[in-house]
Amino acid sequence: MGRHTPLFKLHQELGARIVDFGGWDMPVQYSSQIGEHHAVRRAAGVFDVSHMCVVDLRGARVRALLQQLLANDVAKLKTPGKALYSCMLNERGGVIDDTIVYYLSDSWFRAVVNAGTRDKDLAWIRRHAPACGVEVTERTDLAMLAIQGPEGRAKAAQLLTAADAGAALALHTFVGREIGGWFVARTGYTGEDGFEIMMPAAEAVPAWRRLNSLGVASCGLGARDTLRLEAGMNLYGNDMDEGTQPFESGLGWTVAMEPHERAFIGREALAPIARGGSPRRLVGLVLTDRGVLRSHQRVVIPGGGEGEITSGTFSPTLERSIAFARVPADTGAAVQVDIRGKLLNARVVKPPFVRSGQSLIGSSKGPS
Amino acid sequence: MSTVPADLRYTKSHEWVRTLADGTVEVGITDHAQHALGDLVFVEVPEAGRTVKAGEPCAVVESVKAASDVYAPLAGEVTAGNPRLGEAPETVNTDAYGEGWLMRLRPAPGALTGAALMSAADYQKVLEAEGG
Repeated sequence: MGRHTPLFKLHQELGARIVDFGGWDMPVQYSSQIGEHHAVRRAAGVFDVSHMCVVDLRGARVRALLQQLLANDVAKLKTPGKALYSCMLNERGGVIDDTIVYYLSDSWFRAVVNAGTRDKDLAWIRRHAPACGVEVTERTDLAMLAIQGPEGRAKAAQLLTAADAGAALALHTFVGREIGGWFVARTGYTGEDGFEIMMPAAEAVPAWRRLNSLGVASCGLGARDTLRLEAGMNLYGNDMDEGTQPFESGLGWTVAMEPHERAFIGREALAPIARGGSPRRLVGLVLTDRGVLRSHQRVVIPGGGEGEITSGTFSPTLERSIAFARVPADTGAAVQVDIRGKLLNARVVKPPFVRSGQSLIGSSKGPS
Repeated sequence: MSTVPADLRYTKSHEWVRTLADGTVEVGITDHAQHALGDLVFVEVPEAGRTVKAGEPCAVVESVKAASDVYAPLAGEVTAGNPRLGEAPETVNTDAYGEGWLMRLRPAPGALTGAALMSAADYQKVLEAEGG
């Protein structure tokens, strides 16, 4: 038996199919994975993301710690509440994890890290924190709900008092703050607008039931995966890991090489790649033949060379298969993918595939 | 609770077999199997003329999440793959025992009588043992 979030019994009661995810027993779907996906693209859905690890970092030199631990630069965070997406790298430039950090005050940052990497992340952070006098607290007392979709914010605001709802709806993109005893952030992992809300564990079940009664669909990790892939968002462990660096993982934009005197962990390993370019890159693929792209399938580059699919699925919005693939940097506009011994044709595109309900990949007839 | 029609025969790997009037058999996956797989988005069926052995993977059903093999319940020659499933793989979800059939086979001599197929009652017991 795996670990359980405060919502586990409710998921069972709602008829969810439960699977292991990074050591946690989590709902993969309630009724139809495709139905849940469309609910988020067209209206609103709620996900239990309480398995993710919320870490509070407190201390006068917390900013210095994060400037060392993160490849992106928390100096970009100038107003309290603002969030930053970043990789945490090892000395070789490999990705230990990706995280979102919120700047709450000059002595308090909050990081959200992945469930499956919780133990190694905490060990890594705790190894470096004492030198900066930073106290590290895992917030196991909190549950986290993600309410996503074009109607997500308006529905979630109905969980709050009128004054608090106004404050929540006034949040800008990628900003979070304490509202009515909850931490409400306008962030997500679906390519739709919405909130991620951290709340005391005991309040999660009534909040979920209320959202259901407002017409917000219960959504599982299955839909979360197809939504994030359409939205062009990486999944740790699939699309990057300790053996790959950000520039070959579509995450070069998150590495702040300037200012050059900031000595973040992994910087020395990345410097030649940042200057000279990465030999491989992560691209989007759209399958033009019939079939389904899956991780680890072999990508065949016309004229020579190979790559590999890191995440692949059927896109419910585009009604065709899409993927991320790591390929040689000079790969052109078309490739083939080996699916059970057959070479099928795919177009190379720049993710995201879908944003705010709209397809971004153009015609399905070929390169435009 | 999944449906198990009494007039069909079954395999442990959740295929069903229907004997047709012309002596060929129709093969599909059970209601239990389609439910466990979830929404199907791609189905690959064998081409007519292919010879299959009992237990050989001969079709693939793919849900959003994963690809799964379908095994030939008995030896024979494929007479047809269901052409409808190319455009409408979800038919397997909505009508697993009818329009969602995967292939038709002409059994090899003795294959139908010799095949290790279960009655509906025995298949029901397999499902109960699996907790389904």
